[in-house]
Amino acid sequence: MSGGRGGVLAALLSDDGPRSRVLAVLLLAIAAGLAATPFVFPGSQPIGAAAKICVFIMLAASYDILLGYTGVVSFAHTMFFGIGGYGVAIALDRLGPGWGQVALGVVAALGLSCVLALAIGLISLRVRAIFFAMITLAVASAFLVLASQLSTLTGGEDGISFQLPGELRPAFRPFAEPVLGLAINGRVLAYYMILAVTVLVFLGLLRVVNSPFGRVLQAIRENEFRAEALGYRVVAYRTAASVISACAATVAGAMLALWLRYNGPDTTLSFSIMIDVLLMVVIGGMGTLYGAVVGATLLVLAQTYLQAVMAKASAAAAGAPIVAAILHPDRWLLWLGVLFVLSVYFFPTGVVGRLRGGR
Amino acid sequence: MSEPILRLEGVETRIGPYHILHGVSFDVPAGELTLLLGRNGAGKTTTLRTIMGLWRASAGRVLFDGRDITALPTPDIARAGLAYVPESMAVFSDLTVRENMVLAARSGPLDSARLDWIFGLFPALRRFWQSRAGVLSGGQKQMLAIARGLAEPRRLLLVDEPTKGLAPAMVRNMVEAFRQVKAAGETILLVEQNFHAASALGDDVAVMDNGTVVHSGPMRALAADAALQQSLLGLSLDQHQ
Repeated sequence: MSGGRGGVLAALLSDDGPRSRVLAVLLLAIAAGLAATPFVFPGSQPIGAAAKICVFIMLAASYDILLGYTGVVSFAHTMFFGIGGYGVAIALDRLGPGWGQVALGVVAALGLSCVLALAIGLISLRVRAIFFAMITLAVASAFLVLASQLSTLTGGEDGISFQLPGELRPAFRPFAEPVLGLAINGRVLAYYMILAVTVLVFLGLLRVVNSPFGRVLQAIRENEFRAEALGYRVVAYRTAASVISACAATVAGAMLALWLRYNGPDTTLSFSIMIDVLLMVVIGGMGTLYGAVVGATLLVLAQTYLQAVMAKASAAAAGAPIVAAILHPDRWLLWLGVLFVLSVYFFPTGVVGRLRGGR
Repeated sequence: MSEPILRLEGVETRIGPYHILHGVSFDVPAGELTLLLGRNGAGKTTTLRTIMGLWRASAGRVLFDGRDITALPTPDIARAGLAYVPESMAVFSDLTVRENMVLAARSGPLDSARLDWIFGLFPALRRFWQSRAGVLSGGQKQMLAIARGLAEPRRLLLVDEPTKGLAPAMVRNMVEAFRQVKAAGETILLVEQNFHAASALGDDVAVMDNGTVVHSGPMRALAADAALQQSLLGLSLDQHQ
C-alpha cells in the first residue's frame, strides 16, 4: 500500500523528488503551512502573505524554466505576469463579474503571452545571451510604458479595480457554521483556488522539465553546439521554453489580480518584481524548481514580516541606543539586503542545491 | 574503394580574421574507416566542425551522399545522418548516462539490442547507467561521447581525437571498440593524433598540413612507408609505437 502511495507521489513529482531528507521536511512544512494558513493563522495579513507566496512560487518556477533549465536570461518575465493580471482585470471590469469573464480574461491573456513570447523568441533568441537580455529589457520597459499610457484600457498609473465573481467575495458564505473554527467565506475560497492552481502549475512545470523536452533544454543550457550537433534546433526549443514559461507567468498574474481585486503597473509590471523573482530563483537554487518554492517562501516572508520582527527587536534593545537604531524597522531593506548577500555567500548553488549535496 | 558517402571539394573556412582551411578536398568511402591525420593546428578539427556546419565554409562544397550540405543548419546536417563526437570528452555533465544516450536517440526509444551492443563495447556505461555523466572518469566520458554517436544507426560517424588524454590501457580499449564498430559496417571519419592507434584502424587516410590535404590514399601504404610518414607528419610509426 505504501509502495502504491510512493508510486503515485513519484508519478505526481515526475520522479523528481526532493532527494534530500532536510529538503523534503522543508517542502512538507511549506506545503502544510500554505494548506493550513487560513485555519491556523487568523487575520488578513497571514492569508495575504500565503496567497502571495503561492503566486510567486508559480512566477519563480516559471522563470526557473528559462534561467535555470534553459540558461536564458530574460527581463520580460514580469510583462507576461502583467498580461495575466490585466487580462483578468480588463475582462471583469468591462464585462462584469462572472466566471465566464475570468475564463475569457485568462484565455485572452494566455493567447497574447504566447504570441509575444513566440515573437520575442524567434526574433531574438538567435542572438547572444547578453543581447537577448537587453532586447527583453527593452520590450518589458516598452510594455510598462504602454500599460501606463493606455489609460482608457488599463487604467494607467491607477490601474484597475474590479468586482470578483460572487463566490470569491468576502460576503459569500458557503457554510452556515464555521469549519474547524473558521468561518469560510469567498476570500478563503479564493485563497484555496490560488493554492490549487499553484499546485497544478508547479506539477505541470515539474513534468515539463523531467520530460524528454526538458532534457533537451538542459543539454542546450550546458552546451548548445553539442545539442545542435545531435540534431536539436536550439532556437525552436528555447522559444518553446519561453512560451511555456510565459504562460505559467500569465496564470500567476491572473491569480494575483483575482486575489487583490486589482491590477496596476506597480503590482505586476514593475522592475522590482523582476528583481524579486530573480532573487527567489537564485536563493532557492536555479534549475531545481523546488528552489522556486523555497526562494518564494523565504523572500515573501522576509518582505512581509521582517519589519515587524525588527520593530520588536528594536524595542527590546531600547537600552542600547546604537543597537536599537541599527534594528529600527525603517532599516528593514538594508537587513533584507544583508540576508540576501549572506544567503548567496553561504548557498552559492541555492538552498536546494546545498541541501541536495551540492557545493 | 566503394563510393564516397562524404566528399569535400575545395572547402575553405575562415574564423574571424583567420583563414584556417585552404581548399580541403578528400573523400570518405561508405563502409570504411577514414583517418584524418596531421600535426597540431593542421585544421583537422576545423574540417570536422565545417562538415557539421558549426563553422561555415566560405568557399567549396561539402557533399553528403551526393547532396550539398554546405549551407544547411547544423541540426539538419545531423538529421541527414551524421553523428559528431567532439574532442575533449563532450558529454552533458548534468544529465545521467542514460539521459545522455536517450538524448542522442532522436527517433524514439533506445533499441535494446543496439544498447546491448554498445554495453559490450563500453561495459562501464552499464555500470554507471543512472549516474550523472559529470562524475565519470575522463575515459568513461569519452566512451559515453562515442556511445552517444552510436545510439542510433547513423550513416557517418565523425569522431575527433577519441584517445586524447587517455591512459594507454584505455587507448587499447578504445581501439578495440572502434575495430568492432568498423566491423559492424559503420562508416567513420576519425581524427587521431596517436599514429599507432590510427594505423591499426584506418582503411584510408587523408593527411592535412596548414589547412589543406597534402596526402590521401590507403592507410596501409602510409603505415608501411616510414619516409612518407616522416615527410608528412614529421614522425615514423616506429617512434610512436
